[in-house]
Amino acid sequence: MSRDDEAARAWRRLAALTPARIALGRAGSGLPTREVLRFSLAHAQARDAVHAPLDVEAVRGAIAALGFETLVAASAAPDRATYLRRPDLGRRLDEASAAALAAAASDPVDLALVVADGLSARAVHEGAVPLLAALQPALAGAGLRLAPVVVATQSRVALGDAVGALLKARAVAVLIGERPGLSSPDSLGVYLTFGPRPGRTDAERNCLSNVRAAGLAPDLAAFKLSWLIDQALTRELTGVALKDESDRLIEGPAERQSLGR
Amino acid sequence: MSYRHVVGPRTFVFSDLAELMAKATPPRSGDRLAGLAAESAEECVAARWCLAEVPLAEILARPLIPYEADDVTRLILDTHDAAAFARIGHLTVGDFREFLLTAPSETLAAIAPGVTPEIAAAVSKIMRNQDLILVARKARVVTRLRNTIGLPGTMAVRLQPNHPSDDPAGIAAAILDGLAYGCGDACIGINPVSDSVQGLAGLLHLLSETIERFDIPTQGCVLTHVTTTLEAMNRGVPVDLVFQSIAGTQAANASFGVTLPLLREAHEAALGQRRGTLGDNVMYFETGQGSALSANAHHGIDQQTLEARAYAVARAFRPLLVNTVVGFIGPEYLYDGKEIIRAGLEDHFCGKLMGVPLGVDVCYTNHAEADQDDMDTLLTLLGTAGVTYVMGIPGADDVMLNYQSTSFHDQLYLREVTGLKRAPEFAAWLARMGLTDADGALRPGGGAPLLSGIAA
Repeated sequence: MSRDDEAARAWRRLAALTPARIALGRAGSGLPTREVLRFSLAHAQARDAVHAPLDVEAVRGAIAALGFETLVAASAAPDRATYLRRPDLGRRLDEASAAALAAAASDPVDLALVVADGLSARAVHEGAVPLLAALQPALAGAGLRLAPVVVATQSRVALGDAVGALLKARAVAVLIGERPGLSSPDSLGVYLTFGPRPGRTDAERNCLSNVRAAGLAPDLAAFKLSWLIDQALTRELTGVALKDESDRLIEGPAERQSLGR
Repeated sequence: MSYRHVVGPRTFVFSDLAELMAKATPPRSGDRLAGLAAESAEECVAARWCLAEVPLAEILARPLIPYEADDVTRLILDTHDAAAFARIGHLTVGDFREFLLTAPSETLAAIAPGVTPEIAAAVSKIMRNQDLILVARKARVVTRLRNTIGLPGTMAVRLQPNHPSDDPAGIAAAILDGLAYGCGDACIGINPVSDSVQGLAGLLHLLSETIERFDIPTQGCVLTHVTTTLEAMNRGVPVDLVFQSIAGTQAANASFGVTLPLLREAHEAALGQRRGTLGDNVMYFETGQGSALSANAHHGIDQQTLEARAYAVARAFRPLLVNTVVGFIGPEYLYDGKEIIRAGLEDHFCGKLMGVPLGVDVCYTNHAEADQDDMDTLLTLLGTAGVTYVMGIPGADDVMLNYQSTSFHDQLYLREVTGLKRAPEFAAWLARMGLTDADGALRPGGGAPLLSGIAA
């Protein structure tokens, strides 16, 4: 084997150690053509994920098929271009949605669930229903009173505060499309906030990130989320004071019985 | 005091210097988000006309954020060099622009301690991109720890080998790849996922062992919170460079969990490590337009002026490296390629004019209206402007921070078209390792000398 072959083999072994784009080769100072195109494709997928509209009816239908009641809501950002420039508008409900949610609210509930487009409708299309399906048994087992699942558009995380407050929920969980990475256009984030009301800060939330088939799988994400929900409702807080220690339950099977209490 | 400018039948009135500077700022989404931007293109240019007539001495005399209210203002005024300022104190902002265009490098170095961030920002607002490039190119700032960064005709690269789970083998693989492309003279700098002291210690040991194994004239850094790095130093972990993100107001720094006394403590501790061989520039800072607004700590000041104030914080600690992360914060602050390019040139100019070794993380996120072509443009402009360093990230894709920056290949491209060399000690090491030829060009063979290094 030549020295060049040996080097190429060594680089292939190194490349297997990281998802980073190493050992790409070069054409002079530039990238090989296949790498230029591979990068362009990944960027195009991420861009499409940001700009593709949420298929509200399809998402709503799939969530209803799981047995959840559903509602829809829109933020005060009228379109994608405004949404991207004005995060403050994405955190507020538009007037019609606020009125509709207020009218739909009944008695106080334990948990409101919001499924929001955020920065990746694709993440919602692919990941929201599997996560809700995985979460459902734990919610039912715990006997939680649930508000209808709200499917929200042009939404930032903090829109959940307004939704949760109007639906008289003790806590709100927002399932939202995360800012797409070049290799993760389908990543869903989940933000849990106890005592939702407008003005809550990110320090008052707990977050599960990178929920997707190739990242934090829906089953595990649902397990962690149900643990966090249980803790939040029991201890009446979320945020920096509540650390995700659900791993201890995974390590200790005996304790796992407590899930869904 | 209000400012007025008459354009034909219209009189534009600006209630104070902060409003005047904000409205004179080339358009960007962050100032609109803050409600500070000019309401028309004409108002923006009227503000520039008006700003051009403001004496520098007046800017110095009217702090945008009161002395009593903000320790960054106090730092700026308490450390202001009146003798250096005397050479420019008689000028208006408009005169100052012309002074800068004609001044030689030595003059720029001499006035730097007299240039406040507000003065640098003000003049940048009436400059075109070519002015920002031309003046920055003449303003050289040289720093040293284990090599010499910022010499004329050179540009360094931070090798950024991030991994989504801080896996040491994955990070080491990316470091080898970057070294094989001749990157890493600014530093080898890891953004960790974990903020634990234990995780930090492991990565710092990995860096110091790699640097020692190959005898590389460079420095390592793990970009974690300054308090974590301080704790690591207390535990005897090898720390070359102390990193911290900083901003231009006391309140924004507080949102990062830092104060000026904390930075002083960290600076002293880093100096005490005595890990430099050629110099004692031991601090590394990152900044970016919009950070103060996102922390709700902007005091009604435009984001570019606040960014320049962050360089005043940096300057106080004689840093080895400072870089703006220009497109990272998102489209609500810099919307598209045009705004990112403009901001990158402004930040670089203001930093250099103030005597700060400014590098630029030429970057964008996937929700900004930008792509790699915009990065090529800004990178090329910054190479022309004499940028201190840029980032080298495998394939320009940071798999931990989820953004796109510049790659190992991009710096090769820039060196080929501009002739920019690496830090001399690092260039000599690459040649000694057989990775580059006498001209600094990569030799064929795919970094084989490094591979035999790890086998040994």
